[in-house]
Amino acid sequence: MVVTKVQEEKSKGETKPHPEVTKLQELVYELKIEQVMTRKVITVSPEDSLRHLKEVLRLNRISGTPVLSDGELVGIISIEDLIKALETGEIDVAIGEKMTRNIQTVYADESIVQALNKFASFGFGRLPVINREGKLVGILTQGDIARGLLRQLEMDYHEEEIHRYRASHIFEDIISDQTGLILRYKVRSQDFMHCGEAASKLKRALERLGAKPATVRRIAVASYEAETNLVIHTTKGGELIAEIQPERIRIVAVDQGPGIPDIEKAMQPGFSTAPDWIRELGFGAGMGLNNIKACADVMNLDSKVGIGTRLEIIINLA
Amino acid sequence: MTLAEVLSIIEGKVISSNADLSKEVSMACGADLMSDVLAFTHAGTLLMTGLTNPQVVRTAEMAGIVAIVFVRGKLPPPETVALAEEKGIPLLASKYTMYETCGRLYQAKLPSCGLFQLTSDLWSNDSSTSC
Repeated sequence: MVVTKVQEEKSKGETKPHPEVTKLQELVYELKIEQVMTRKVITVSPEDSLRHLKEVLRLNRISGTPVLSDGELVGIISIEDLIKALETGEIDVAIGEKMTRNIQTVYADESIVQALNKFASFGFGRLPVINREGKLVGILTQGDIARGLLRQLEMDYHEEEIHRYRASHIFEDIISDQTGLILRYKVRSQDFMHCGEAASKLKRALERLGAKPATVRRIAVASYEAETNLVIHTTKGGELIAEIQPERIRIVAVDQGPGIPDIEKAMQPGFSTAPDWIRELGFGAGMGLNNIKACADVMNLDSKVGIGTRLEIIINLA
Repeated sequence: MTLAEVLSIIEGKVISSNADLSKEVSMACGADLMSDVLAFTHAGTLLMTGLTNPQVVRTAEMAGIVAIVFVRGKLPPPETVALAEEKGIPLLASKYTMYETCGRLYQAKLPSCGLFQLTSDLWSNDSSTSC
């Protein structure tokens, strides 16, 4: 198994999403060696004979073992060393004379990728696993890695299935000609302390419904900007209303004033009417509506001075 | 790069309790404008900022930011720390300026979030933001 380096993208003068990393590559970095190694290590001592080793390998159906002396790792011996000794008639020689003393080990808290690189560069069949104190805590073969990855993939798949079931469940088990879920959030004017809570709750709801992470992020950013606008600009506050259907989400931010005098101007990047205290909080840079537009599949903005503003955002889920 | 590595490169300090330093960051961004953070970052980003109000944490949550580094030796108020702990977003702090904090990480091969087209700061009819 070879792990390919994720190739850096040549920049074409624009922001590109990062290159796709396969699930397996992700896991190879994510999983720790201690999660996949064999903890019950069968060992021999350097004083034991190779004849003893032959029995140990045969009875345990393994092809090599670490060699311990007083609990310290001093070498590693494999079936290959045993075959060589059989050829030269040295089956009764002590293991200590034939073992490999220069041992490659891996740490239990390292990523699997470290072990894969060692397997690839040294061609060993097994690597002893030690903790940071240098004590032997396990043994790792490529088979262990394959089994560990498969187990994790299965667990992730199972989780994914549960998510999908939950998501489809609502829309499939509750039958109507058109089923939608409506979530309403009240947003108070100038209440910066709680600004973002509505978007945060909406984000969590979509995660529970099993929407794709990239889509959830777009919805979160757009609804957060819309909520921020309500907090900063409205006189009486307003509402954030999300209508979730299986194939799309519609988010509407409504308020009853003051209204936007010039929508075209409001849409220009960098144009802002936010007061200084808002700018000190890191907002009011005049990019909010542009961010919303960039995240939305459809965006409509209607406003009348003295009446109010209605911002509609539609993002496809399917 | 793990947060533990980030911490040693910026000679930083952990501010929030229960911060998981084994978390991985794949790129970084330095910004004091929260709208820029929302527009230009990807999930998996480390954010360097001089802002310390709770909205930074809200922004990070929405944008899928992994962790926040406060630069220039700034320490966040308790309400920011409380919100970050609730949301599981680790907070770090560095005594270095924004420039040097980012510079140290860039030197250590932590990539940025990407490149942008140069946009004129005159308000033209071309409202193309590069995102």
